[in-house]
Amino acid sequence: MIGDLSVFGDAVRFIGDNPSLLWHKTVEHLVLSGAAVGIALLIALPVGLVLGHLRRYSFLAISISNVGRALPTLAVIAIGVVFLPVGFTVVLISLVVLAVPPILTNAYVAVSETDSETVEAARGMGMTETQILRRVELPLATPLLFSGIRTAVVFVVASATIAAIAGGGGLGDVIVNQASYGIEGVIGASMLVCLLAFACDGLVALVQWLVTPKPLRGRRVADTTLVSEPGEAVPSR
Amino acid sequence: MNGLVAQSGPVIPDFGEASDCVQQNRLFCPDWVRDNWSEVLQPALVQHIELTLIAVAVGFVIAFVLALVAHRMRWFERPVDLVSALLYTIPSLALFQLLVPITGLTVTTVEVALVSYTLLILFRNILTGLRSVPPDVLEAARGMGMSRRQILRRVELPLALPAIMAGVRIATVSTVALATVAAFVIPQGLGRPIFLALRQFFNTELIVASALAVGLALAADGLLVLLQRALTPWTRVSAGR
Repeated sequence: MIGDLSVFGDAVRFIGDNPSLLWHKTVEHLVLSGAAVGIALLIALPVGLVLGHLRRYSFLAISISNVGRALPTLAVIAIGVVFLPVGFTVVLISLVVLAVPPILTNAYVAVSETDSETVEAARGMGMTETQILRRVELPLATPLLFSGIRTAVVFVVASATIAAIAGGGGLGDVIVNQASYGIEGVIGASMLVCLLAFACDGLVALVQWLVTPKPLRGRRVADTTLVSEPGEAVPSR
Repeated sequence: MNGLVAQSGPVIPDFGEASDCVQQNRLFCPDWVRDNWSEVLQPALVQHIELTLIAVAVGFVIAFVLALVAHRMRWFERPVDLVSALLYTIPSLALFQLLVPITGLTVTTVEVALVSYTLLILFRNILTGLRSVPPDVLEAARGMGMSRRQILRRVELPLALPAIMAGVRIATVSTVALATVAAFVIPQGLGRPIFLALRQFFNTELIVASALAVGLALAADGLLVLLQRALTPWTRVSAGR
């Protein structure tokens, strides 16, 4: 069953032999992923945070993550290609569609599950609703908020790879084009895209550590779209 | 610049008797769906279900054993968590391709990749469920003279069932979505018609195959919700907040 493993060595050599091609593709990949996550944050964060603060429309916030999970990258891109010409734009829109659900749902849950007595106390101290959201709920929500962002980033980097078949560019271009780059190119680019995913995940983790208030730093919180908390189990939703 | 779909203009499959709708590549041609259901779409759908079922079943067995061990020995949680999170971070297309030199262009390659993506979700949910049992309940069970094994089977597992089922739901739906990527490696699943239609920009096939993939994921989700309600009738009482 085990095939020829020397291809992994060839792949490393391919990476060494084609630094400028791969660098160019990596930058493309990063620009595409960064733009998608950036736009998704601009859409999902305000909506998630405000709805979470109001503690309303929970059905909407949870349904978005359920539907989002059911969307295959390939299907989203396929539908995009029906209506838009192949290229950067259609891929970017598809990636934004895929990145919004985990960010929105986790932002909603993170804010809406802030201890209600803490919020009451803040209100009693005379804080306005905006102040409560910004200075009480948001800091307490950072760990969960960032789990959602990390899920989205990892998902977007992976989806951007697949998006190469619709002209998105990036390292996926090499992976889906064995005819031009050979199996060593496919494997080499696959290795690089793995490293890129780990690096992006690590980068977000670092940002999370920097912006999380010190007392909350050690706390590990699992993405609510992946792990159900006891008592707050996903099923009843 | 882009490899596979760089041909200019739509190239519509012409089998000699394609309808006007298909030849002009209109948005949606019901006649194409009717003519190709049993040959193209249905087999892809069945393969997709098979790929998903095998992956979730194998993933569940592995994650369940790992979670039971981690439940007994706390130190075991961290390494499993780290490895499964690492696997989860690997982009799907890259993982499929990296497995090809080892296991070839086979179903095994696809299943190994799909299983590895279920592990993080299933392991964390099963463990969360097992840990959610209140200490008083365990104390009472111990007081009644139950052995560790009896406590696990008759107290902890039933109480963990909602969380376990939530994990199975999430893992199943994500696996249905991920299984479309299998088409890059083997000619199976709903990714295959999407893949072929993308080369030709054939609208009907793009829409039908995508809708089937999303529909399958949502249908699986709905079925698992029903199954979970049937298995855990007691949760409905407390859920009625």
